[in-house]
Amino acid sequence: MKDNHIAENEVATKNIKIAARDVQVYYGDTHAIKDVNVEIEDKTVTAFIGPSGCGKSTFLRCINRMNDTIDICRVVGDIRIDGEDIYDRKVDPVQLRAKVGMVFQKPNPFPKSIYDNVAYGPRIHGLARNKADLDDIVERALRRGAIWNEVKDRLDAPGTGLSGGQQQRLCIARAVATEPEVLLMDEPCSALDPIATAQVEELIDELRQNYSVVIVTHSMQQAARVSQKTAFFHLGNLVEFGDTDKIFTTPEDPRTESYITGRIG
Amino acid sequence: MSDASLSSGAAPKPRGKSLLVQDARTRKRNAAEKRFRAYGMTAILIGLFFLVVLAVSIIRSGAPAFTQTVVDVEFTLTEEQYTAAEGELFKTKAYEGLLIEEIRTALDARGIEVAFDADAIQRLLGKPGGTLREHYRANEQDLGSPVAFKLAAASRVDGYLTGRVTRDALQDSRFLQGSDLDLIDALVDAGIITRAFNWNFITGADSGVDNPGGAGIGASVVGSFFMMLVVLALSLPIGVAASIYLEEFAPQNRFTDLIEVNISNLAAVPSIVFGILGLAVFIQFMHLPQSAPLVGGLVLTLMTLPTIIISTRASLKSVPPSIRDAALGVGASKMQAVFHHVLPLAMPGILTGTIIGLAQALGETAPLLLIGMVGFVARGYPDGVLAGFTEPNSAMPAQIYTWAARADASFYEKAWGGIIILLIFLLTMNIIAIILRRRFERRW
Repeated sequence: MKDNHIAENEVATKNIKIAARDVQVYYGDTHAIKDVNVEIEDKTVTAFIGPSGCGKSTFLRCINRMNDTIDICRVVGDIRIDGEDIYDRKVDPVQLRAKVGMVFQKPNPFPKSIYDNVAYGPRIHGLARNKADLDDIVERALRRGAIWNEVKDRLDAPGTGLSGGQQQRLCIARAVATEPEVLLMDEPCSALDPIATAQVEELIDELRQNYSVVIVTHSMQQAARVSQKTAFFHLGNLVEFGDTDKIFTTPEDPRTESYITGRIG
Repeated sequence: MSDASLSSGAAPKPRGKSLLVQDARTRKRNAAEKRFRAYGMTAILIGLFFLVVLAVSIIRSGAPAFTQTVVDVEFTLTEEQYTAAEGELFKTKAYEGLLIEEIRTALDARGIEVAFDADAIQRLLGKPGGTLREHYRANEQDLGSPVAFKLAAASRVDGYLTGRVTRDALQDSRFLQGSDLDLIDALVDAGIITRAFNWNFITGADSGVDNPGGAGIGASVVGSFFMMLVVLALSLPIGVAASIYLEEFAPQNRFTDLIEVNISNLAAVPSIVFGILGLAVFIQFMHLPQSAPLVGGLVLTLMTLPTIIISTRASLKSVPPSIRDAALGVGASKMQAVFHHVLPLAMPGILTGTIIGLAQALGETAPLLLIGMVGFVARGYPDGVLAGFTEPNSAMPAQIYTWAARADASFYEKAWGGIIILLIFLLTMNIIAIILRRRFERRW
């Protein structure tokens, strides 16, 4: 069943959404990411795996320029989304982030109501013409975040009062409310229990219909479950990138194999 | 488990030390903990003791300032008497004669006999004739009907009644003589001299050095109020804007480090330095009006800014970075992230810092003395709101300082009374801040 999905996907969409070429990232004098080349397809879940500190989160944050907020961080190289260089002088990171949404490791809802959490993005981007429109957007986003049924009766309740898993799905709903084209997820399940994790994973699989999803994860089982493509990072290098089942069954690089089998990391 | 103990027959002997006996080390640690608690309690008790001493002494010394010794006479002036008095050369003297007659009849009616002359009445009441004349000239309709006058008694009379002036210690002078004390006793017996609540102390302005009875703190309260308005209107926006810039936008480099160090240093600069700076810059260079609450407010703003900036930065720093990430992640600009999410969360902390800064500014005396906001300047209320900022006025602490420095002992209790008013003003400000903070906190 799952294999069929992947096969279909490969036939249906082969267009490249994100293309990174020779990306280097420096934190001060530390060379955190070295020569990363990767092509991420549209309507695909791509997983970044690797041991802690290998640079997978750093690279993820390059894709929507969240690293700009860190003073000492410097990005060299060329990352293109739909062929446009996102580090071009003319690109405003604010516009970019509307196109490339992000979900963080720890659920971080705003200390506002559930409704306001989801409505915030559409409001600042002017996506709704009136209140009814905004209500629609919020409902659609919450439905896509698979949390609508749980919160539809208490949209005025604080988002911070939800359980961890609900908070994370709320954050996903908030991210999709601005209609992004790419969704970046930085270890979205690391703070969740197994049941909430399963819900979020299911959700990620559904999101693939509309978005290009990039997920950083520490759990190899999770990468195997949700992704079609997997990239293995080690010490700042992209060691191997390919179809998920191939990486997990017949890795080419010995380092990938030893990580997957639990010998390094 | 119970089976095991049954089969072995006896309870097993503990392998190491028994848990039921405290070893020496544990005993020592527990003793240390108990000692430390005792120290803490002692410290708090000492603090409370001094607080109580302070409160009691303030209230005991300050309470007399809120009452006043008055000569309570009902006085009827007929139209003929009015015309006759106005026709005389020494008009106030004529009124005084009529008042003395009135007091004599009042004493006679109660069967009290005491000898006194016009000089004694003057020593007791100052120049009551003038007060009477002013009243009737302003209210001619009162002629012919009885009017109850409450005439403020001189400060020595006040002192005699409150125990500050005693019969033994009194030396005859132009202020008070031994024979006057008999008159005072007689008048007290007759119910003519009484103590009344001194509204003038709360609503009035400062009086001259020889008239402590007429001194009021009202004008200085208004001065302090306008000054606080200036401080709030300037230091809150400037302080918050500076902190937001430094905390959220400024690059981390040598220059911003220098600014940071200097802000921390400014918080420790003695206030009198700010006073002399204000004198040099605002008055001598910019030619702003002397003794004006506007200038006082500007000087105190300089003093308050570091406090507000330091506390605002601390509360901005305490907002978790995940909130900023979340806002930036949905495509908010940096400014939107700060104003929509970070600032509301930091608001309670900012308010706390602001109220601490304002309270400091409210109690500051030294810089005000340097820019001329001394107590005796507060001779009346400003006319109008704008004049409130620019007309010479004093502020509560400067007024208190001026009173405390005056020779007449009656001003001493005025100073204490002024402190009570100052503390009430401060408490009101704090309560407002607490209410505001609650409101912001409820918005989580």
